Amino acid sequence: MKTRLKNKIIGGAITTLSALSVVLILAIIIIILVVTIIGGKSTLSWEFLTSFPTEGMMKGGIFPAIYGTALLVIVMSIAAVPFGTITAIYLSEYAHEKSWLAQTIRFAVRTLATVPSIIFGLFGLGFFIKFVGGGMDNWFLGGQLKWAQPNLLWGSLTMALLTLPVVIVSVEEAIRTVPRELREASLALGATKWQTIWKVVIPGSISGIMTGTILAVSRGAGEVAPILFTGAAYYLATLPTSLSDQFMNLGYHIYVMSTQSSNVDQTLPIQFATTLVLLMLTFTLNLAAVLIRSSLRRRVK
Amino acid sequence: MNSDLVKNKFVFTADSLKKKFRLSEFLSEKIITSVAFLSIAVIILIFFFVFRESLPAFKHRPKATTEQQKVSAGNKPESYGSSEVSAAEKKPETYGAVKDSSVTADEVNPDASLRPAEGAENEGSLSSLFSNEWYPVSENPRYGLIPLFIGTLKVTLIAMLFAAPIAILAALFSSSFAPPWLREWIKPAIELLAGFPSVVIGFFALMVMATFLQNMFGYETRLNSFVGGIAMALAAIPIIFTITEDALTAIPDTYKEASLALGASKWQTAVFVILPAATPGIFAAVLLGVGRVFGETMIALMATGNAALSGLNPFESVRTLAATIGAEMAEVVFGDMHYGVLFLIGSMLFIFNFSINAIAEFYVKGKLVKKIQGK
Repeated sequence: MKTRLKNKIIGGAITTLSALSVVLILAIIIIILVVTIIGGKSTLSWEFLTSFPTEGMMKGGIFPAIYGTALLVIVMSIAAVPFGTITAIYLSEYAHEKSWLAQTIRFAVRTLATVPSIIFGLFGLGFFIKFVGGGMDNWFLGGQLKWAQPNLLWGSLTMALLTLPVVIVSVEEAIRTVPRELREASLALGATKWQTIWKVVIPGSISGIMTGTILAVSRGAGEVAPILFTGAAYYLATLPTSLSDQFMNLGYHIYVMSTQSSNVDQTLPIQFATTLVLLMLTFTLNLAAVLIRSSLRRRVK
Repeated sequence: MNSDLVKNKFVFTADSLKKKFRLSEFLSEKIITSVAFLSIAVIILIFFFVFRESLPAFKHRPKATTEQQKVSAGNKPESYGSSEVSAAEKKPETYGAVKDSSVTADEVNPDASLRPAEGAENEGSLSSLFSNEWYPVSENPRYGLIPLFIGTLKVTLIAMLFAAPIAILAALFSSSFAPPWLREWIKPAIELLAGFPSVVIGFFALMVMATFLQNMFGYETRLNSFVGGIAMALAAIPIIFTITEDALTAIPDTYKEASLALGASKWQTAVFVILPAATPGIFAAVLLGVGRVFGETMIALMATGNAALSGLNPFESVRTLAATIGAEMAEVVFGDMHYGVLFLIGSMLFIFNFSINAIAEFYVKGKLVKKIQGK
């Protein structure tokens, strides 16, 4: 009787404790959201989103940062989505599950997903800027300095490497939900393998490619470490017009304003508003991805 | 009708049944395969280039190139090098005051003439890698990595002490105790936390959490390894939660049914049967969490105070390895010792992370499969 009571108490304690952990995590999410919204909502306005910073970034809006972030994720997606999709197609359609090549690629993708983002920044500096950019300048421009410095292209490509695993994983997951019967039907009608992939598999997994792109964009918009020295600029008076220009970035803007500026307190509302914009952006994108994915999973069932 | 034709058409010979060579098929397969090699190539390239760029740290030949210099003139004297001496007045605002790389990149730098001289003094300081002092920008630069290692380990330990129990308990609740409808909500909700950019978590820690925790515990330095550790725990929780949850749900139902049939209660089954069976998976989850915290840059930059102190007090400011790269890379001269040392730190972070991932992948997964199959 006594042990039974003891068991009940321990059981109750464990259940409560584990439930409390969940509540704690959810509470943290809500607190971060609420604090950012309260801190930023009075500054946030249409004008804030569409105007340039003024008076040495003490006042004004964050339009260049939004514009730069948008350019970054667009160039990044152009690079990451096709390559990611093709890798996913290889892994699910061409490779044998047990072959060493497929397993090595899988391991590489998972490793790529866990490499710290600052390492991508170092790689971008060493490979893209110094090696590729320096090589391009030497060969095509006769040593004139154009590509061997941080710019939009190198920042975006560095970010593309970081988001490649995100695309690969979601696309592969979607491709696996295309029923095998559809492929067999297509092949039985005389279509070749590539025709089957192009006309049956890819259209069937388009929602997965979309989810992958959304998740990659959300990740790319939020990461700062990879672009610290591959393209982001503290302040630019003009918008970037070519791939060889530097750009401003929402996340970098927050970092610079909150740690590097001389009067952090005065610009606090701007910082909160910028954080709110970034958080809303990534939050909405992630939510969209979750919704698409859950509808996808329901379809499979 | 024309039966001859039909007859002729359906004569199968060994030749007609052979797979036809189609150039487009051949090309598409080759192209797809070679693109798939990209991820392997990237890993190798990262390893090669990050390590190659760290070579200047081993060369004693001073080589100061000023073409890529991105430091704006005049901020050198008041950069972190000097401020680190006094531990009491640590503020994150003090290091590398301005980073406006674009504005001054092309300007003539009046400070440039000082640089080569500094490069010459770098000679012989490789031995200082194991010293206790990290003063990269001073008359006599010293690159002691010990304080950075201690700082990183401190932050990682604090982060894991918070993240691991909370995330594992939450995963246990989600997989064993929660009703199915609730479970379908908990998982995506916690995964939303993984979508929070680390700069947002860092900003939250810097502006809100640091003040809150200081008022609560009443320590002196506002930004320290404790604040940084808790902020990083927020980044690690979703990773540990997701992988632990997957490991717990991967345990076959027969385990659970056998335990319940023997008269064990729900919590006894969860704690004494399912949790032990999933230990390798949970171990992998914690390992990957450690990897995430170890390499986290933005939160470390914003919330740890960035002073290279090597004390063991958790309420002291620290400087982590990743944050050092992030803070100083934009200010170094390309190709000199400091640049090389930062890349050396990068190589170490990469190797560390690679090993963690490899252990999680091969050792732990093999063990998990063995355990479930009961061999």
